Amino acid sequence: MQAIEVQQITKSYGDLKALDELTFSVASGELFGLIGPDGAGKTSLLRILATLIVPDKGSARIQQHDVVGDYKYLRNILGYMPGRFSLYQDLSIEENLAFFASVFGTSIADNYHLIQDIYVQLEPFRKRRAGALSGGMKQKLALCCALIHKPEVLLLDEPGTGVDPVSRKEFWDMLKRLKEWGITILVSTPNMDEAELCDRVGLLHKGKLLALDTPANIRNSYDKPLYEVRSQDMYRLIGDLRQMPGAYSCYAFGEYAHLTLLHPIDGAEITILQYLESRQHRDMEVRATRAGVEDCFIASTLDQ
Amino acid sequence: MEEPVIFTENLTKTFGRFTAVNKISFSVYPGEIFGFLGANGAGKTTALRMLSGLLKPSSGIAQVAGVDVMRQPEQVKRRIGYMSQKFSLYEDLTIRENIRFYGGVYGLKRAVVKQKTSELIDKLELGAHVDQLVRSLPLGWRQKLALSVAMLHEPRIVFLDEPTSGVDPLTRRQFWDLIYEAAHQGVTLMVTTHYMEEAEYCKRISMMVDGKIEALDTPGQLKKQFNAESMDEVFRKLARG
Repeated sequence: MQAIEVQQITKSYGDLKALDELTFSVASGELFGLIGPDGAGKTSLLRILATLIVPDKGSARIQQHDVVGDYKYLRNILGYMPGRFSLYQDLSIEENLAFFASVFGTSIADNYHLIQDIYVQLEPFRKRRAGALSGGMKQKLALCCALIHKPEVLLLDEPGTGVDPVSRKEFWDMLKRLKEWGITILVSTPNMDEAELCDRVGLLHKGKLLALDTPANIRNSYDKPLYEVRSQDMYRLIGDLRQMPGAYSCYAFGEYAHLTLLHPIDGAEITILQYLESRQHRDMEVRATRAGVEDCFIASTLDQ
Repeated sequence: MEEPVIFTENLTKTFGRFTAVNKISFSVYPGEIFGFLGANGAGKTTALRMLSGLLKPSSGIAQVAGVDVMRQPEQVKRRIGYMSQKFSLYEDLTIRENIRFYGGVYGLKRAVVKQKTSELIDKLELGAHVDQLVRSLPLGWRQKLALSVAMLHEPRIVFLDEPTSGVDPLTRRQFWDLIYEAAHQGVTLMVTTHYMEEAEYCKRISMMVDGKIEALDTPGQLKKQFNAESMDEVFRKLARG
């Protein structure tokens, strides 16, 4: 069964088309990642699904209910965590949580099992004002508040932004555990490397999906030979590789440059090494590698 | 060995009883891309504010571009560039107006500003948009422009505070192309980022934990030292303690 169905959704702000006839669905119990840079349309889509704004065209259904017509019903079964911290800064951790529970006519005790893993980390500070918490703790509290009414579908808008890698990792671990309760999760992120943590992802760019599949299928769809290359001077390396005959593109990827060739070449590694040698590079390393989701994203934006 | 462009010894900042930066000592050399990493609240921003002359150290030594931060903070400000994603350009000024404004702030002569403007516009291929409001530009363009504007007065050091969060992967690469190019020309760049993949682009990295520098080396050496596959793992091992 599909938990979320998005059909031909379009949303514009003046001349800017934030979402352009977007269509996709999320299966019940799935952890779905909506991945794209700032301005791709992630927040607009999440706000439409959260029944907070109305699309110009198209429709969306969550658990078979229309986000426009049935918004009152949906608000009871949706958990939504906006990108900007939106809890009451002047209330303590405990007070925020109790407030959101009471708004939904439930209590912390009723659904404590859902938040227990997360809340135990916050409990020592439960009297602290939300405004005085670190980025990572704020995110954890916001997640607890979005979960306290036991939603069927959870919408998370960039929960990892502005949070350090340790807290980010913990946050994804929590999402995996939430899946075990059968909650459908749609999470947006600008970080390509977080794609691997999702069951399926949609790569969003300028209001359109570049790809919609499992991370593995997206990676396997990369249809050109890819090499990781290193030398002692990254700046010259990238410039030289872009000039190499047969090169399609070259970009920095961590400690390596990723070189994509237009077509497979026999003995490509040797060819690349010889080329670099002729350009006075030192300490070179060349190795065929498999594309990641980020390579695929770059390739699709280059093709446009 | 070359003379460092940034040099600190036991640099410390306390706020009341809280020690935000605790006796950090390190050197950064010309043309280096130096990663300045740490969890939220580790003390990075405080250290960066001291190094840019905005905050007076409590004790210790800091020299930036040959100037003592404690004694001559105003001189420091003239010799550095600063860019962050949160604040860089004025959105309701045009590209040309932003360049002119920053040129004025840095005390450049009108003729120099004019020449710099055309150089910069050519390099970034923004010719058709020079009289457009910055607000109307895509985020990626804005950031490339912001970096160039931060280097308008040809500083020897540029501080980049989380410069690329949220930018699409292709634009982020183009931004790093600019960083590499600047470093190649001898500019020193000190970068804070939460993205460990970007940490890999740096020549050396320092990791701050609770106000102290707990590790400082090349990304490759740090991975060896912490027996980690990635910088992400190094970070987690260090920050978890």
